[in-house]
Amino acid sequence: MNLFSEACDGALVVRVDEPRLDAAVAIRFKEQMREVTAQPAHRVILDMSKIEFLDSSGLGAVVAVMKALAPHRQLELCGLTGNVDKVFRLTRMDTVFRIHTDLTSALSEGRKYA
Amino acid sequence: MLETSMGLRPGPHSDSADTHRIFCMSFPASALSVRTALRAALARFMRLMEPDEAGTLELILAEVLNNIVEHSYADTGVGTITLSMVRDSQGLSCSVSDDGVPLPMTCLTKTEDNSARPSPESLPEGGFGWFLIRDLATDLGYSRDQDRNLLAFRLPLAPTLDRNAG
Repeated sequence: MNLFSEACDGALVVRVDEPRLDAAVAIRFKEQMREVTAQPAHRVILDMSKIEFLDSSGLGAVVAVMKALAPHRQLELCGLTGNVDKVFRLTRMDTVFRIHTDLTSALSEGRKYA
Repeated sequence: MLETSMGLRPGPHSDSADTHRIFCMSFPASALSVRTALRAALARFMRLMEPDEAGTLELILAEVLNNIVEHSYADTGVGTITLSMVRDSQGLSCSVSDDGVPLPMTCLTKTEDNSARPSPESLPEGGFGWFLIRDLATDLGYSRDQDRNLLAFRLPLAPTLDRNAG
């Protein structure tokens, strides 16, 4: 599973370079997220723009990552593609995440509140 | 047009376009095999539906098939899943069978009760699968027959513009 992380404007940006976040990779995703988020940053922004398909196992893994970071660190999402966005809306999990259109707007919001 | 000529006897309508409307595949009960089956099923029907309909189909199938891998066969990786699909004028008819443990009836009944939905505020990490299936599929039916699970459902689709000519 390809995850790339870099520090940007005080946030840790993690880009998922995979077309699918599904049952086949959900556990590996959680494990690798634990590793890449070991470096400190209050905001962790998950760039999902490369993900074309998310199932309920993938969604559960994203929720697990958010819970693992809480309460001192926040997981935010950006770049949800059509099918991914749909799963968040159908399950109403879009109501519990901070979701940004894309990485640029996620980072600019951080600067605004800094 | 009836889709009854399953290739046994060439009827007046069983030209090559009709065979494109039927899909059947058996595969091992593992998450990676599910990916392969999804890719094959989507490739077969992609041109017979809109892109967002294809996304919905992939999600329903992924939830149904991964449930079988994880629960019916208890993540053992041992067992076979058979997926059959037929495109008709109103949509897709799908059936999925496996030889694992019986599907608990609560999977089907609790989804009729909206209060049983995982509540976002409780930050659930699972339990969404059957609600997604119920939200997106229609005519959901289940039967247990001689140690086999058979699940059938439909996905309604916009009328075809017969884009499968190419």
